[in-house]
Amino acid sequence: MRGYHDMGGLPAGPVDRGEYDYALWEKRVDALLVLLAAPERRLVRVDELRRNIEALPPDAYDKMSYYERWVTSIANTLLQRGVVTSDELGRKMAAVAAREGAE
Amino acid sequence: MSDLHHDHDDGAHSHHHPTRPDTDAPLTHYQVMEIALRELLIEKGIFSADDVRRAVEAMDARTPALGARVVARAWTDPAYKARLLANGSDAVRELGIDVGATRLIVVENTQHQHNLVVCTLCSCYPRTVLGLPPDWYKSRAYRSRAVREPRAVLAEFGTVLDPAIDVRVHDSTADMRYLVLPERPRGTEGWSEERLAALVTRDSMIGVTRPSLQ
Amino acid sequence: MSAAPRFAAGARVTVRRADPPGHIRTPWYIRGKTGEIERLCGAFPNPEELAYNRPGTPPQPLYRVRFRQRELWPDYRGAPGDTIDIEIYQHWLEPA
Repeated sequence: MRGYHDMGGLPAGPVDRGEYDYALWEKRVDALLVLLAAPERRLVRVDELRRNIEALPPDAYDKMSYYERWVTSIANTLLQRGVVTSDELGRKMAAVAAREGAE
Repeated sequence: MSDLHHDHDDGAHSHHHPTRPDTDAPLTHYQVMEIALRELLIEKGIFSADDVRRAVEAMDARTPALGARVVARAWTDPAYKARLLANGSDAVRELGIDVGATRLIVVENTQHQHNLVVCTLCSCYPRTVLGLPPDWYKSRAYRSRAVREPRAVLAEFGTVLDPAIDVRVHDSTADMRYLVLPERPRGTEGWSEERLAALVTRDSMIGVTRPSLQ
Repeated sequence: MSAAPRFAAGARVTVRRADPPGHIRTPWYIRGKTGEIERLCGAFPNPEELAYNRPGTPPQPLYRVRFRQRELWPDYRGAPGDTIDIEIYQHWLEPA
């Protein structure tokens, strides 16, 4: 089956050329990958990042932005690798949400 | 937390684009996840806050101006151009640009051949010479249609190619990253490299446009 | 020691029609299509394995394969000389 990400050749509408500067949080997600994938750490491979993005549900492309897919994929990769556990990540996320004010 | 410093160059005139809505709104689930991951990994000693800051600064420092310098040098120095086409990474390093482990392939536009770069499977892009990619490069519309109907996609960018010019699409599926070496516009004889570089847009190095004197 | 390259530049090759699960870098649109080896790019660890944090060794030959657009899309309306170059791993290719 064609993966949802494997979209070459499918019909699509016009290219939306609107441009936005990257938000700081997005650059930090990108930086997270660069640091984790660096040869001195190799805690995430770019290939794992891609695989975990491809493994997201199909509506991830409609419901999640590019870096939302990335941060989710990075988290899943780190969980798979045992670098973090769901419990500690969940507790930290709750603490951050309480501290910073979340949706 | 909005971005105070952005630096990109997709034309002879740099212009500001709307920043993504941010800052005063409550954090989304994913923004919380980013902060939490970063703090956890710093606590675990995997990297430092300084490492993150430096990585973001390095990202900000990479703009299409790097690629434009490479193109301008190739336009004025035929021997450099030959080296660039033979081994893009090494030739770019000659100019003091750090391409890291990137395997850069430079493809040349000519009177007979126009090149266009896409990554249909994800969003592979020559970041070390162009910076971060524009949203459209990562979009469904571009990734789906660039391989299927490249001339129609080019036309949407204002690039109408004569049928006598062949279009070659490069789908970056592996480790190689592609940079288009655009054709030097007529009427630029004797121009300095700096003046030439100002003509070279990010979009022309992806292949959706061609440099012009406009 | 990498797997030995099977194909020379200019060889006609067909992309296999396999459909395995996992992380695959051979796009759907090119499977079953026939093109020509433009060059051997080198040998690289297999991304299908790297995606599961396995070493992907021995490195596999990777080729740049050139396809004619008119042979890929039934209603292609560009020029006859329009092409696509894609990098494809050797294990996805068979002689045409």
